[in-house]
Parts: sequence; structure tokens; C-alpha cells
Amino acid sequence: MKSVITWASYVLVHTPDMVIANGSTQTTERIVNPGSEYLQQLPKHIRSYESALSYPPNRCYIGDITPAELGAMEQPYYENGIENAERFSKFGEIMPQDEFYLLIQACDSFDLVFLEENFVKTTKEKLSKHPLMREDILNRIKDGTSKEEIERFINEEHAEGLYIKGEAVGFVKRAHDVDTNLSAHIMLENLVSKASSVLSLLHTMDKSGVDPSEIEYVIECSEEACGDMNQRGGGNFAKAEAEIAGLLNATGSDLRGFCAAPAHAMVTAASLVKAGTFKHVIVTAGGSTAKLGMNGKDHVKKGLPVLEDMVAGFSILVSRDDGVNPYIDLEHIGRHTVGTGSSPQAVTSSLVLHPLQSANLRIPDIDKYAAEMQNPEITKPAGAGDVPLANFKMIGALAVKEGQLERKELNSFIEKHGMQGWAPTQGHIPSGVPYVGFAREALLSGEIKNAMIVGKGSLFLGRLTNLFDGISFMMLPNKGLEEEKQFDDKKLRLMLADALRKFAQSLGGEGE
Amino acid sequence: MSLLEDKKVIIVGDRDGIPGPAIEACMVGTGAEVVFSSTECFV
Repeated sequence: MKSVITWASYVLVHTPDMVIANGSTQTTERIVNPGSEYLQQLPKHIRSYESALSYPPNRCYIGDITPAELGAMEQPYYENGIENAERFSKFGEIMPQDEFYLLIQACDSFDLVFLEENFVKTTKEKLSKHPLMREDILNRIKDGTSKEEIERFINEEHAEGLYIKGEAVGFVKRAHDVDTNLSAHIMLENLVSKASSVLSLLHTMDKSGVDPSEIEYVIECSEEACGDMNQRGGGNFAKAEAEIAGLLNATGSDLRGFCAAPAHAMVTAASLVKAGTFKHVIVTAGGSTAKLGMNGKDHVKKGLPVLEDMVAGFSILVSRDDGVNPYIDLEHIGRHTVGTGSSPQAVTSSLVLHPLQSANLRIPDIDKYAAEMQNPEITKPAGAGDVPLANFKMIGALAVKEGQLERKELNSFIEKHGMQGWAPTQGHIPSGVPYVGFAREALLSGEIKNAMIVGKGSLFLGRLTNLFDGISFMMLPNKGLEEEKQFDDKKLRLMLADALRKFAQSLGGEGE
Repeated sequence: MSLLEDKKVIIVGDRDGIPGPAIEACMVGTGAEVVFSSTECFV
């Protein structure tokens, strides 16, 4: 049995105030250099919702334009927004910050999130018009509290403020007075991750055509950790998110592996389905507040808007073979193993060349590669270069080394088999999976005949190993349902009888 | 005599470029002393 990709949703939330209040570059700067020029200049570089909405890489992330269309657009993208851009799109939406604060509260099960009463009144009216916000989700939003109470909790009770244009409209309070694992900072981070994943799940359930009651398992693959001082990464985001999304028959678990986690989760989900363990498994992740404005200093220094103002999420539904949707080839998985080594050649060989060799394929045989899909407009001003391009170059160079490609064909290989990056630098979000939705469509239409998704993770950031990690898989077109080989009891009995008869004859008897 | 002979070397590698251990391997036999080596993730 094959495991197919039934749907993939992608969502963004524009969170300009969270860039300033919660991004780790900014929180660190406030500690080490509170009066810095950067912190003073930063608010002038914050984008409006309309600007974020029309930003071409964001339109690409939510499926409004294809990577090829993005690649053909004029740069810089932040000066060439798409006119008449709409909030909702094929793959998901771009939610504004105010509505997201209410969704965070709806995702709070421990009375930790409080919002100002007038803010709730006006914003709840907006959110109630959202086509996917069910009554039971809206009913989780509380009436609201006073401005004085909000100020008191932020100033005296270690709460994290929730702001709109610099004004406090709410707070997330700490979940324990001593345990740092349940601090307001961590609770906010985890609730943002949870809420953005829930939003993606709602879109996937709306568009996949699968009833929520049919989802049996959820694998959450973000980079956050939830738990208390006795079990710091205990989990389980997956089940907490499934609860709000209304997946009543699902359980789930969290899978971690830094940026490679989504690719690991896809392989795990496909394996669970192929084994017959579950019929429908969702791989899901929310976004990261810590990474908001991560490269803000360079963006401000170079006069750019702060482009890392989007919290991202995605949810991919992996299902039992339907004979139509593209499937994940579990026979030829690429793995960066402990023994692989760290040279770029060894890494690319283990993730790309070796699985292709085992499938009797060559590097140019894959129509599209999706490795790290970060938007280069974010990374280049910070000196990190064009990460997708660096990965495609490495894959092409290996093809040249293996004699599968002429050196002079390298640039055309990159153009044909690679793509312009579009994903926000939200860690696990850009790692291969942003292309899954586009790949599904291109395989269904016959535009491509295969695609390889590559996830890479920086394990060394956890300071437990110097290794990094990666895993890759191929997406292939579905050629229709395979005939299930049924066990034929009658046929087996006849075969056994025949064999026994022949055996008896061979002993010299005259059996009939 | 190698260009790096008796030099102390600090290595900052890039996960999506050349990682630290790979640069470190290139230092073997040059006479350089690697005093610090790490790989960083810039995304």
C-alpha cells in the first residue's frame, strides 16, 4: 500500500509587535544594550499588514503564486508588492496580529491569556467572520480585562505583554511562580506555536475533503518544548493542537530534529500509513516567536523593512492510497547518518546521491529539488547568502563529479531543477516542506514526474553533539490503485494437497 | 613551510556551506593549531 499526500496547508501570521517584544535578537539587545541605536530605529522599519500581505514571497508561501512565478518577479520584492492581494488563498491565509491574539487565547487551556475588554469586543467581531472559526473555538475567548490589570500583570507579575502598535492589549502570565519552564516567556512562545499550528490544521481539514473524525494520528514537528521542571520537553503539542482543531479521534506525539524535523515527520507519517497502522496522519507545525526579527539588525542597517515579521505554520495530510494523489517513496530514503561525515560532498551524497543510486536514478533525473527554501531577500543582507541556491549548487556539483552532468550545464541545472526560495526564516518551516503543496499539484497535473524533499537540521545548536542531520524523500505520481493481493485459502489448500500427493507418489506408493 | 605553520586557527563553519569539522580536517598537516572550531546555522 502507498502513502499519499492528500493536502498541504500553509499559513502566515503578521506579528509586527511580537518582532519587537519577543524576537530573541531584540530581547537580547534590550538586556545587553538597552539604549541602542538599533532598538530606537527598529519601530521605523516595521511593515504594515497590507505590505506583508502583498509581499511576493508571502504570496508564494500561501500558494497564491508558484515558485516559478516568484522567480520571474522584479526584485527587491518588498518594493514590488502584488496588487489587490487577498488574505485567503489556495493553501491557507495571512492572518493579522489582532485576530491571532484571540486565537492564542482560544488555544489557552489554563487561563494564562488575558485581553483588554474593548479590544476583545472589536476583534472578536472580526474573527467571528473567519470562515473556519467554529463556534466552540470562538466560545473559548473570554470577555476581557481592564487596562489597569494588564499594566499591573506586565509590571508586577512577570507577565509577557501582547501589543498592538506598541500599546498593551493583553498579556500571557506565567504558569508557575518558580519554574522557569513555565515562565510567561515560554508559555507565550508555546501558545504562539500551538495557535499557528491549529490555524494550519483548520485549513487542512477544510480543504482536504477528509472528515476531521477520520484523522487518527498527528505528528507535531516544531522546535519548541513544553513541560515543567521535572519533564522539560515532555510534550505533547500534537494532541493539544488536535483538541482545539476538533480532531476527536486522533492522538499524536511530537517529533524533534531541529529544521529537519518536518522531513523526519513526513517519513514517519508515511511509514505509519503504509504499515496500515493509521489511515490518516497529519504532520503539523506552528511558528516561532524567537526567530522574529532574527536578522533585524542587518535589515535596519541596510534600510530595509524588517522582513522577519511572519509567524508561519503548515499541516500536511498523509493518507492511505487513493489511487490519485502523489505518494512518498519509502523504498529510497536519503539519510545523513552518524558515520556520514560533515564534508558538503559527503552530506549531499548521503541525502541525494545514495537514495537515487538505490533507485537506479541519476541526479538530473529528479525534476525538482526542495532543500532549504529560505527567502534570500531575508538572508542575503545579513551575509548568510542565498541558502537554496547554495544547496542546489552543491547538488549540481555532485552530479558533475559523478559524471552525470557536464560542468557547463551546472547553471542551467540549477535553474531547471532548483527554485527561488520564498519561506520565512522560521527554522523548521523552510526545510524542504514548503514545496510539498506545489509538488503535489505539479505531480497531479503532470508538470513534473518526481520531486525530492530534503530536510536538514543543525543538531549542534543543542550542544549535545557536533553533528548535524538530514533526511530526504521522493514524491512520485500515483498511477492508480494497486490491486490488493488477497489471501486465497482455497487455492492454498489445493496447492498443499497437490504437493502432498506428489510427495506420496515419490515414495513409491500409488496414491490417488 | 606551510602558510599556517605555528599559527593558531579559529574556525567558524556554516551548515549550508563548509562545516567546521570539514575545515578542521583541512588543517591537518599544515602545522596550524586549531584552538576553536564550531559550525553555525545562519538561518
